[in-house]
Amino acid sequence: MSALSRVVRSGVARRRVQTVVIGLATTMAVTSSVLGGSLLVASSAPFDDAFAEQRGAHLSAVFDAGKATPEQLSVPVDGVTASAGSFPLTTITPSDNQPGDRAPLTVVGRTEPSGAAVDAVTLTEGEWADEPGELVVSADGPHAHSPTGSAIGRRITLTDGSTLTVVGLARSVSRTADGWVPPSWITAPEAYQVLYRFTAAEPVDAGRAAVIAAVPADAMTGSQSWLVLKKAADRSVAVFVPFLVAFGALGLVMSLLVVGNVVAGAVGAGTRRIGILKALGFTPAQVVWAYMAQALIPAAVGTAIGVVAGNLLAIPVLAETEDVYGAVTLTVAPWVNVVVAVGALALVSATAWVTALRAGRLRTVDAIAVGRTPRPGRGRWAARLTARLPVPRPVGLGLARPFARPARAAAMAAAVLFGATAVTFAVGLASSLNQVQIARDHDSADVTIGVSDPGPQPGSRPGGRPADPPDPAAVSDVIAAQAGTRAHYRTGRTQVTVTGVAGTTTVVSFTGDATWDGYQLVSGRWFTQPGEAVAPTPFLTATGTKVGDTVTLDDGGKTVTVRIVGDVFEMGNDGMVVLTDAATLTATNDATHHIAVRPGTDVTAYIDSLNAALAPLGVTARPGRSGQASDTIILINSLTATLTLMLVAVAAMGVLNAVVLDTRDRIRDLGVHKALGMTPRQTIAMVIASVVVIGVVGGAVGVPVGVALHGAVLPAMEESAGIGLPASAYAVHSLPELVLLGIGGLLIAIVGASLPATWAARTSTSTALRTE
Amino acid sequence: MTTPVIELRDVSRGYDDGPPALSDVTLTVRAGEAVAVLGPSGSGKSTLLNLIAGLDRPDTGTVTVAGVRVDELGEAASARHRRARVGMVFQFFNLLDDLTVADNVVLPAQLAGMARGEAARRAAELLDQLGVARHARTYPGRLSGGERQRVAVARALMNRPALLLADEPTGALDTASGEDVSTLLTELNAEGQTLVVVTHDLALARSCTRRTIQLVDGRIAGDVSAEPTR
Repeated sequence: MSALSRVVRSGVARRRVQTVVIGLATTMAVTSSVLGGSLLVASSAPFDDAFAEQRGAHLSAVFDAGKATPEQLSVPVDGVTASAGSFPLTTITPSDNQPGDRAPLTVVGRTEPSGAAVDAVTLTEGEWADEPGELVVSADGPHAHSPTGSAIGRRITLTDGSTLTVVGLARSVSRTADGWVPPSWITAPEAYQVLYRFTAAEPVDAGRAAVIAAVPADAMTGSQSWLVLKKAADRSVAVFVPFLVAFGALGLVMSLLVVGNVVAGAVGAGTRRIGILKALGFTPAQVVWAYMAQALIPAAVGTAIGVVAGNLLAIPVLAETEDVYGAVTLTVAPWVNVVVAVGALALVSATAWVTALRAGRLRTVDAIAVGRTPRPGRGRWAARLTARLPVPRPVGLGLARPFARPARAAAMAAAVLFGATAVTFAVGLASSLNQVQIARDHDSADVTIGVSDPGPQPGSRPGGRPADPPDPAAVSDVIAAQAGTRAHYRTGRTQVTVTGVAGTTTVVSFTGDATWDGYQLVSGRWFTQPGEAVAPTPFLTATGTKVGDTVTLDDGGKTVTVRIVGDVFEMGNDGMVVLTDAATLTATNDATHHIAVRPGTDVTAYIDSLNAALAPLGVTARPGRSGQASDTIILINSLTATLTLMLVAVAAMGVLNAVVLDTRDRIRDLGVHKALGMTPRQTIAMVIASVVVIGVVGGAVGVPVGVALHGAVLPAMEESAGIGLPASAYAVHSLPELVLLGIGGLLIAIVGASLPATWAARTSTSTALRTE
Repeated sequence: MTTPVIELRDVSRGYDDGPPALSDVTLTVRAGEAVAVLGPSGSGKSTLLNLIAGLDRPDTGTVTVAGVRVDELGEAASARHRRARVGMVFQFFNLLDDLTVADNVVLPAQLAGMARGEAARRAAELLDQLGVARHARTYPGRLSGGERQRVAVARALMNRPALLLADEPTGALDTASGEDVSTLLTELNAEGQTLVVVTHDLALARSCTRRTIQLVDGRIAGDVSAEPTR
């Protein structure tokens, strides 16, 4: 073994705290980076790959057949690199008297799936619809499955009495239709669909404007941007990205700070050792290498652990994403591991190199001569001041300590600051997600009827609905008459289409006041009269509307125009939902009833009594408030807790390392104190007091920074996931809670200092006095 | 006969596998005595001092200081005993550089919980008595070696200890300063302060003590009492 190796090995083994701190800090940074990096890649890769493969449409536009002819729609448009269509388009509605889904379908006439210059649809099962009466349905739509399994061969009878037979399933990444038929089947098209690819993929607004300018006025009745689809496709993963980036950045900065501080501390504390090494013939370069290696060895171990931990943590998150893409299997991209590992080691090397250079440049004679105690003079004013404070003397001595080593104290304060920031951010995020959960569930009802009943209702038949659904109004009458009922409302659901938007939109129609049931608005107000509606951000984005605009809903040929008066937080049907008064649109599906009981009412007794009254109607009431968190929220909460614990641990280790260095620096003073009669408890008090100011300052600064980070990340999550969050998700910090979080900074500092304080208390006085 | 301040009975202390630093040492120092412990390096002088101060414990034997078995005390009790009954003066002064002279001197009283005003008065009195009152607000780094050692003595006397232990008190001083400190210790003993001085310096031993104990290889090779030279 070479002399350099021996020096490095002994340095790593002897400086155990510093070795552990570097290892842990690197583990934290690498874990969060691998996790964040993997999800960033996973969030865009499947959609982007499929979109490129299918030459996806940047804009799918629908034109009124009465205002534009196919010839007029085929004119060249500036900025368009390719186009497909015009394809005839119509909406079909299955009739009520058949099993399976009866949601209306937007169908497009196309002669072949994959030959188009844009939107080369992939046939996933069966064959293309070549003959009139044949239909290919979207593999992602509600008609892809029949009650008996595959939809192929299923005959769909439409409201006009005609019949279509499903002959294939196809997938369009651009979601251009719910189904495809031979063009000749659409004899009288309502509209034409044209698909465009632009020179500049985003923003799409410029391309849309160019198309509008090129075609007859008012011909375009609807359009869909590929960015909306991308956002929807990425949504389940995208919501993770901003907070992981935030944690990743926190972890990275903190790790660099801690590693830099540890290595700088090692150089400072090892000055005499460096002098001896140089006196023995070590060159400056060898000294630099020795100190870099002492940082790189634990960093390499930490990196390896971090890569494994990052991959393990990414598995459940990526599994969630796989559900979105069906058969697509997502794994952590190997290059992410490599880039993160190399990057982390490079950063540690750079940090260590800067401080190790100091070691290499030290003059031998100075290094050997230097004492380990700090230069006198710094912080004397603080020592004078604390000597006069009405506190026990050991506490006063400790309080003055940070001012004697301001740089080290600043590094410690920064570690505490990052820890307090992480905790504040995490607590805020968890509270926000709980608020999101409450808003998402809107399940304040004490009792429900028809909501997620696990068992069949009386009179139900396999694969279908009850043969004779009870009259919702009759059920409501029974509820209203029931003693103990405070408030109740009922909802019904129906599927509609919106011009220019692929797929169906769910309309939830309300009878009665539902505002007490936890619905939360992002903006605007709740609807108060027929013709008004509220809708969530994804619907508004997809339809290009905003609060105050009107939107036309097509309910199987019957059109209803509603004015959007509020942006409501609602995650059902991927946010493609409209909530309105029952008088606006009659629901076709079964009603659900939501009941709040009067305060003091025994809910169980109420349900028993209500069920007795409802028995003739064949429905059953059950307790409300499922309180079940979504998998995504559980996952985010778990990740938040894990990452926060890691950050707090690194912060505490940063403090621990600094206090250990400080205790070593002051070992002789410590011996003097003990020789003068300082008890072990007083010694612990002195060391703990030395981090109190740092903890208070770190906490006081870290908490507002954490609040600011929370305030910045939530909008980023909204933007990334394409959803709007209610105000309750933002207003999660109360003053008492912030004070407690600030105290958290102090706790981090105290926890970090506890171990070295105990060591200091146990240090033998005679040994301390003998120490050079 | 005055009461013993220090009583060591059959005390042995060894480190690792080496020869014992102290072996079967039995020793009594009575109140008001001034004792010099002499011996070459490695003879066990510092070990003896540490055992008396309660900084270390014997492997065998008993150590009683001011009526208290210090070999049976725990860390905290030992610290309390030390600050109440034992004052220590070191070769390299061991003053705290970031505290003023006054704050250094007042420290043992503050650790003992003495009232602030009383402690300040006592410190001022000691500094005045030892001739360094004008340096009360000065930092130790600005003082000469002799002045620093005077401050260290003042600190050691702060809690009126029954015993003053001095470990090579003139070892880091020039001749003039060494004589100055020697005179100071002699005067303190004359006022009744029990004194144990560990030193290589035979001249110091003769000038300020009336009894010399010679340690060789951890054993007492000689214990001689003499009339003071003053």
